Amino acid sequence: MLSAAPSKEIPAALIRVGDLWCGYPGHDVLRGLSFAVRKGEFIGILGPNGSGKTTLLLALSGILPIRGGEIEVLGYPLGRLKHKERARHVAVVTQEPDVRLPFSCEEVVRMGRYPHQKRWQLDSIEDAEAVRRAMFLTDTGVLAERLITAVSGGEKQRVIMAKTLAQEGTVLLLDEATSAMDIHRKLQIFKVLEQLHVENGLTVLAVMHDVNLAAMFCERIIFLKEGCVVADGAPESVLIPEILEEVYETRVLIQEVPNIRKLQVVFMP
Amino acid sequence: MWLGLLLLIVVTAFITSGIGPLEISYKTILQLWLAPIHPAWSAGVDDTVRYIVINVRLARIVLALTVGGALALAGAVYQGVLLNPLADPFTLGVSSGAAFGASLAIIAGVGGIHLLGISALPVAAFAGALSALYLVYLLGRMDGRIHVTTLVLAGIIVSTFLSACISLLKSLNEDSVSTIVFWIMGSFAGKSWTHVLLVLPYLVLGGGVIFWYTRELDILSLGDIQAQHLGVDVQRMRLFLLLASSLLTAAAVAVSGIIGFVGLVVPHLVRLGIGPRHRRLLPAVLLLGGFLLLIADTIARSLLTTGEELPVGVVTAILGGPFFCYLLLHRKKYLQL
Repeated sequence: MLSAAPSKEIPAALIRVGDLWCGYPGHDVLRGLSFAVRKGEFIGILGPNGSGKTTLLLALSGILPIRGGEIEVLGYPLGRLKHKERARHVAVVTQEPDVRLPFSCEEVVRMGRYPHQKRWQLDSIEDAEAVRRAMFLTDTGVLAERLITAVSGGEKQRVIMAKTLAQEGTVLLLDEATSAMDIHRKLQIFKVLEQLHVENGLTVLAVMHDVNLAAMFCERIIFLKEGCVVADGAPESVLIPEILEEVYETRVLIQEVPNIRKLQVVFMP
Repeated sequence: MWLGLLLLIVVTAFITSGIGPLEISYKTILQLWLAPIHPAWSAGVDDTVRYIVINVRLARIVLALTVGGALALAGAVYQGVLLNPLADPFTLGVSSGAAFGASLAIIAGVGGIHLLGISALPVAAFAGALSALYLVYLLGRMDGRIHVTTLVLAGIIVSTFLSACISLLKSLNEDSVSTIVFWIMGSFAGKSWTHVLLVLPYLVLGGGVIFWYTRELDILSLGDIQAQHLGVDVQRMRLFLLLASSLLTAAAVAVSGIIGFVGLVVPHLVRLGIGPRHRRLLPAVLLLGGFLLLIADTIARSLLTTGEELPVGVVTAILGGPFFCYLLLHRKKYLQL
């Protein structure tokens, strides 16, 4: 479902961030950040408030200008890609989506097809199919006719998730994309992402707050603190007391969940 | 639906061209309307009557349709681009800016100058409109963010200030004091096909830019950041759309003065009826804006039995005010204030 243009050779690193300095006027949030995302990875980005997680996603999606270092997407410097072309490869789900006009939920999902459409073109069969699939995966079919301004916060996030899946990017960037959902929906969405990741090789880069959700689904976790990478690796190797206590400045207890052999973290007051 | 609106407009135009101080039978009007198809049908119609129907009434009707469409379209775009349900050419101070620019040009004596076939008046109005919009934009985002109400507040301040400036200009240039009402309240009195030809190119140009961006206007309602994520060049699009709608406003104001409420109310009316998708919304807004301003102008020119005219802005405010009150009281959620 989610694949890049077949004609283009995709380099091993989909996204490469090198010594990135970025932030707001007079205040650098990211200070010399480096990492690379390979095709087909499922990465969680974690860290305390103000560690630069959201700033990193804004930089990766070309919204914040970078002040130093470089970002490459599919081997091209980010700034060299045209807006629509970048959007065909990098799809983003933002924190707290806000839709200001009373569109129906289905109309919102269809907006996700924008980067694939020519100006005067009506929705093609592929567009309709991508929209249908995205709504099926996120279980938003029942919301199709409802107005986006009249659904709950969690429902809105699912619609926005559907919109972003319909965009069919090579990489999916998530910024606290499930924060307003209840635990059942949260797990459902992450299971869908895991399924797309396994079956279609979708690359996921998710900023999240919930260490245990990350431990459950991510294959690699990057911990940020004060704009720098503190730890980067598989959950087993980074979910250790030394790292967690440095990042969160809180005592932790780490347990393995029987049967599924995943780690879970308890923060001790 | 557009076809229905179009038909309604034609029928209304036909009916209203029979309204006026001189009684003209609808049979005669029909003859004159059909004359382009078969000239012989209008044979025997008095030349004065012909002049009144074609060059006075029909010109005025077409001008009202054009100006109404332009203002409503501009309003829909301001609302969509600024994500502000209270935005329109009037509340943003753009109309007053255009009127100020135009009166300045008239006072300076360049109002009648034509350069390369382009009249200086709409150009001066456009400059005034853009300056006012820029000023309102600066005032409205003093704390870095633009709030719905701050922007409109800034618009009202700039608008009131500029209206006062227009009055001052006219008072200093005393022989035209009586036309202050024209600029501040709007009027189509004494307008001809020349004025239609003055506005029409700008409507086509501005409207063209606006219709070019219909899909992007939808996406912009997701907010700047999400729109950029989808690959919309938000900065550029916003600039072009604000320029286009200010051009529409300026051209409309240059021929008819400041007419309020059309740009504010019509987009809301259409959105309540057929939803917010701009591909359907904008054509309907264009047509309904023209239709409603034609109705308002017909009322303005025929309500008083003494034969005097009301400023058309008075009629639009009297009709539009209560409707907006209804939106405020009962559809607060829709307005998202």
